[in-house]
Order: sequence, then structure tokens, then C-alpha cells
Amino acid sequence: MAALTEEQNMLKDQASAWASEQAPVLKFREMRDSGVETAYVDTTWASIVEMGWTGILIPEAYGGSDLGYLTFGVVLEELGRQLTASPLFASAYVGATALLLGGNESQQQALLPGVVDGSQILTLALEEGPRHAPENTALAASSADGGYVLNGSKTFVLEGMAATTLIVVARTSGSAGESSGLTLFVVPADAAGVKRERLSMVDSRGYANVSFADVTVGADQVLGKVDAGSELLDAVLDRARAGICADMMGTGAQAFDMTLEYLKTREQFGRVIGSFQALGHRAADLFSAMELARSCHEAALQAIDRGADDVALMSSLAKCRVGEFLHTMSNQLIQIHGGIGMTDEFDAGFYLKRARAVEAIFGNRAYHRDRYARLLGF
Amino acid sequence: MSDLDALRAEAAAWVSDNFPPSLQGMKFGFEGESDPAKEADLEVWRQRLAEKGWGAPTWPKEYGGAGLSDPEAKVVGQEIGKAGAFNHIPMITGMGITMVGPTVLEYGTDDQKARHLPGIASGEIRWCLGLSEPNAGSDLASLSTKAEDNGDTFVINGQKIWTSGADISQWCGALVRTDGNAAKRDGISFVMLPMDQDGVSTKPIQLIAGASPFCETFFDDAVAEKSDLLGDLNDGWSVVKRLLQHERQSQTQARGSSGGAKAPGLEDIAKAYVGTDDDGRLADPDLRVRLANHLMDAQAHGLTAARIVAEAKGQVKVSAAASILKNSATNVAQTKSELLVELMGSQGLGWEGDQFTSEELASVREWLSGKAISIYGGSFEIQKNIISKNILGLPETTQKG
Repeated sequence: MAALTEEQNMLKDQASAWASEQAPVLKFREMRDSGVETAYVDTTWASIVEMGWTGILIPEAYGGSDLGYLTFGVVLEELGRQLTASPLFASAYVGATALLLGGNESQQQALLPGVVDGSQILTLALEEGPRHAPENTALAASSADGGYVLNGSKTFVLEGMAATTLIVVARTSGSAGESSGLTLFVVPADAAGVKRERLSMVDSRGYANVSFADVTVGADQVLGKVDAGSELLDAVLDRARAGICADMMGTGAQAFDMTLEYLKTREQFGRVIGSFQALGHRAADLFSAMELARSCHEAALQAIDRGADDVALMSSLAKCRVGEFLHTMSNQLIQIHGGIGMTDEFDAGFYLKRARAVEAIFGNRAYHRDRYARLLGF
Repeated sequence: MSDLDALRAEAAAWVSDNFPPSLQGMKFGFEGESDPAKEADLEVWRQRLAEKGWGAPTWPKEYGGAGLSDPEAKVVGQEIGKAGAFNHIPMITGMGITMVGPTVLEYGTDDQKARHLPGIASGEIRWCLGLSEPNAGSDLASLSTKAEDNGDTFVINGQKIWTSGADISQWCGALVRTDGNAAKRDGISFVMLPMDQDGVSTKPIQLIAGASPFCETFFDDAVAEKSDLLGDLNDGWSVVKRLLQHERQSQTQARGSSGGAKAPGLEDIAKAYVGTDDDGRLADPDLRVRLANHLMDAQAHGLTAARIVAEAKGQVKVSAAASILKNSATNVAQTKSELLVELMGSQGLGWEGDQFTSEELASVREWLSGKAISIYGGSFEIQKNIISKNILGLPETTQKG
């Protein structure tokens, strides 16, 4: 696999400086305490748009910079370090990917420039239950008057309260449990019959339940092919999984850095606790797990950029291994910090809470371990 | 890239012209085949590789190498492999190519380089290493083999253990105590001495997996020339640290530096022994989970080895990162052996006899001999000390001598 390019390393430094100056964890704390419904700070989002990061995947014709997935991952990782909350991932990464892979020219023209300038916030409305299971989609899209009528509900929709446009996974044929018969639709969030309700989750980010009651959509709102949406959906999800791994990697790397710093400064029994071999070895284990996980997520993003044929395998590898590292790291962050790690005043808890939330998004470790085995034929 | 392509074409043509076809597919290693009928051809192939400098392709030409860069050497290695050929010089020189040579190149005098390197590069001189002692394993610096100053020579007395290939080596690189009063890491020197002398005797060691390449080596007034002191007097600890980094590097390369190095076929072997359910899943769901975890570990290891090389801009750096890779390679290799033996059931535990296939017998031996991987070259725990101290900057966790 390749190393980051010079441009990617420069962007990493830029994103790192921006996040630690403009959107440090303290901002996240203020946002959480304010209880703002969209779960992000407007000025932070405006600044992200201004930095041009909303256009990283989008072609220049639509105002973007078309720099690819690994480059986007570099930014997501740095924001993940500071737990910077914004619709960047849901809209400019996942939403934009769905339009780039499945949208026709007029759909792309209608939405992508708005994604770049921040006036459009896209999100994928997929899950219908507490566990990731795309084939269980039951939300019905019935044909009517040359278009469709949507009935059903979605849950855990990322940035669901802030979104202006929903990419809805619906069933046009077959029944729940079948991967065929799915179709994706582009639906304005303010369409008649769409209702949203905020979900208050442990990581204080933006999630919503979205219900659809006789929502009428036109045939021109179909994204990709009717009844054959699962192929498009899988491609979007694999890109989304590799992308969220970058966010997770940043969160885990920051947790590691905080822990290492504490091991070097906290004294007990008259010496710094990092001089105890039990803790030195634990730090070595965490560092090794971090390096191995990093290779997986970077390889997955590179596989996407390269158009490789093993994107599905690499995404499952990454989601599983990065999830494993973050899970262990977030627990050790609390354990090694001891009592102070348990207090809300200290930031460790934010990282633990965020860790579990992102571990679940687009499939947890068990889901991807099973999928990895299936892809390898056992 | 065009230079590399030209080299690739040249290497392919040369191998095709020079590799004796009778040697196709020959296996090497301690329990590899030995076929008297092929020995003459093997010797011809060794001489041709040596003339080309491809036994140690990255070493300078004046010392028997070919003066190639790492990427160039990789291309040559790939072409040799593609043709079904092999470079057996690293194997027949013991520790010569992988460890002694690179360390002599770094620490040796011009005279030492000229006297020792060409014999290694040509595959004529096999080297062993006298490092560990019965009472100096992980705590290597507590070694007690003594070297006394005797004018132009050192006189050496003591016992070494785990000297791989000592009974068939011509030379030995040994760590000896040259100052008994200094702190333990500060009174050690690295000397090179010929094995064929009255003061040296060896005794092979039988291991849990059966016969092994390891020996005990006894020095009773053995003699080393002063001109064969490598590095400065009493600075042997620096020399050996470097030597062991080269060892770790060679171990990580040998056991998984090839891209997505997932263990080939383990899932197929599992399906054959354990069976599948109606959906094609492995019938033992617990084994299936652990097998998937292992294959992911192997792939993550391969990707990390490749990433470290890429980040070093193609130069394979001997660095502390090797400690991460050594432990991760160890984990992958030992888990693979455990899974293999487990999925074969009792059939995977046969010791000898025709009731067992050769694969079954090989896997039980490999499982047993593989327990050494986490012990030699700095144990699993020593590698973690190195990571916590040298990479993470945590304080020393063990008693310093």
C-alpha cells in the first residue's frame, strides 16, 4: 500500500490546526450543554464549508475539488480527534457518494453544488431497526400515477434534523429480508407527509426518526435503478464504512495520545505510572493495535480511490479492526485515567460514548466479521 | 521505472539461461530435502549466483554483492521466484547474509569487510551467533562468557546456547565479557572467531518438535584474533542491538511482508475437515469467528508491513517499528498453527506414521517449533519493552545494568 502524498500530509496539518483552534472538544462540550437540536455549531459548519472540505469528493464542474476518498479521510480523521460535530460526513461524504454513484446528470446538477456551498445537507435514511440490516428494509414505495407513494419509517438517521434532502432506501418489490426489490429515492426533507423527531443519543450527535405518511415522489426522484437498489446501496455503504473508519481512527488516536501523556505525567508510589511494566506493555499493545488498524482503514480508502475490486472486503476489514481498536482504546482511556476519567468535567467520557456510537454505524464488528468470512467463501 | 523494467528483463533472461532445471521446486530449510543427485547442480547454481553478486544483491560489489538498491534487489528476487528458482545463499550461510553481514558493513573495519564479507556473499562460509547463555536469555547483558586479553588474541571461556547451526558453521560471532568490573552492558565486546579450533565444541539440542538446528557451544580457551573485534572494545552492546534489529527485520520479512498476506488456503483446509452448513458457512461457528479474526490479523499485518516500507520511501529502515511487526508476525504465525492443528482435530496431533498425511505431520511439528518465535530474537515481552521505551518514550521498565 502507498503512503500519504505530500498534499495529503499538508491537508492533514491544516485540518489538525483548524480543528484544535476552531473546533476543539470544548466546542463540542458547549454544543452538548446548549442542547441545540441540530447537534452542531452553525459557525463551525460555516467554517468547514469555507475550508472547501464539503467539495473533496465532488467534481470541479459542480464546484468541488475531486480529490478522492483517502483525502477526505485525512480530514475526517483530524475532526474525529476533536469530536468536531457537523453534517460534513453525512452530507458531503455519504450523500455525495450516493449521488455520484447513482445520480443522473440533472440530479447531480440539482444537489451537488448545494452540498459544496452548504445550502444542501444530504443524508442517507436507511435503518429501520436497532441493528444494521439493509435487507430488512420494509418502508414501502408503491407505484401511483407514474410516480411512487412512500409509507413507513426510518430511524437513527444521521444529521436527520439538519438534513434538507433525504436519500431514502425503500422497498418497491419483494419483502423484508430480501436484498432484491430495493430502490433509492431523493426526497426533500420538507415534503408533505415527512415527519422528523430528534433522538437523544449517548454521543450527543444529531440523529432522528423520520416517518413517511403517503409521501408522493416522482419517477425522476428515483436514484439509480428501480428494484435493483441494493447494488448501489452496497457500494455507497462500503464507501461510508471506510469513511467513518477515518473518523473513528482520529477519535482513537486522540484517546491514545491523551492516555500516553497521562502515563508520562501522573505519579503514584513516587514514580510516573508509565514506568510500571504492566502499563508500559498495555501502551505497547494499544499502539500496535492502532498501527494495524490504521493500515486497514487507509488501505480501504485507497482501494476505493483505485477502483479496486475488493472494496467490500477491505471495508469490512477496516470497520472490524478499527472498531476493535477504538473499543479497547476507549475503555483503556477511562481505566488508565482512573477516577478523573469517570468525571463529566474531563473529556474521556465523550470519547467512550462516541466510540460506541460509531462502532454501531453501518454495521458493528460482528456484522463485518461475518461479512468478511462470507466474502472469503466460508 | 524504465531502469527497473530493464533490470527485470535482464534478470528474467539471466535466470532462464543459468538456473539448472533439475532444481525446480526444491525445498530448503532445516528439514528441507537433501538429494545427492542434485548437489552438483546446486553447487553450479551457487557459483553462478555468487559471480552475479545476487546472493547478497544489496551489498557493495567489492565485497561480493551487486550494489543494488532495495527496489532493484526486490525486482531481482521477484524474477528469481517467478522462474521457480531460488537464492539459497542466505540459507546456506546461516546468520551470515541476514545478520552478520549487514552488521559488519556498518561496524567493520575495511580489513574485516574484505576478509569476511566475500565468503558470506558467495555462500561459502556459514556463520553462527553465540549470544544467549544458559543464564543470559532475555537478560542478555548478564552474560558471563569471558574473553581475556592475550596480546594479539583474546582467550575465551564459557558456554553459549541456542547457537543455531553451530555444528556446521565455519565462523561464529560471539558476545563476550571483556571488562568484569564495568556495569553489565558496558563490559561486553563482540568478537568473531573460527569454529574449527581445539577450544570450540558443540552439541545439538533436541527440542519439543524433535531434532532442531540449535546447539550448545562450549569455549575452552578458544582463541579470537584481536583484529576480529567488531566495533570498539566494550561497545559490543551497541553492535548486538543493531544485529538484533537486523534479525527482527529479517523475521518480519520472512513471515509476512507480501501485501495482503492472508494465510492462503486455511479457510479451505477448515472447510475440508470441519464441513459447511447449507449456506456454505463453516459448520463450527466458533471456529469460523476465530478463523475470520486470524485472517484479518494476517491481512492487517501484511498491510502494515507494506505501509511502513511505503512511508520510508522504499528504503527498508531498520527501526523500532520492526518490534511491532515482529510481535504481530509472531501472533499471526502462532495463531495460524494453533488453528490448523485444532481444525484437523485428533488427526492434527499425530507424531509419526502413515496413518497421518504429511501435511498433518508437518503441521504438528510447525505448531511446536513455532512456540520459539515469541522467545527468540527478543521475546514477545522484550519487544513490548522496546515499543514502550523506544517508540512511546515511556521510562525504562526493567532494571538497567
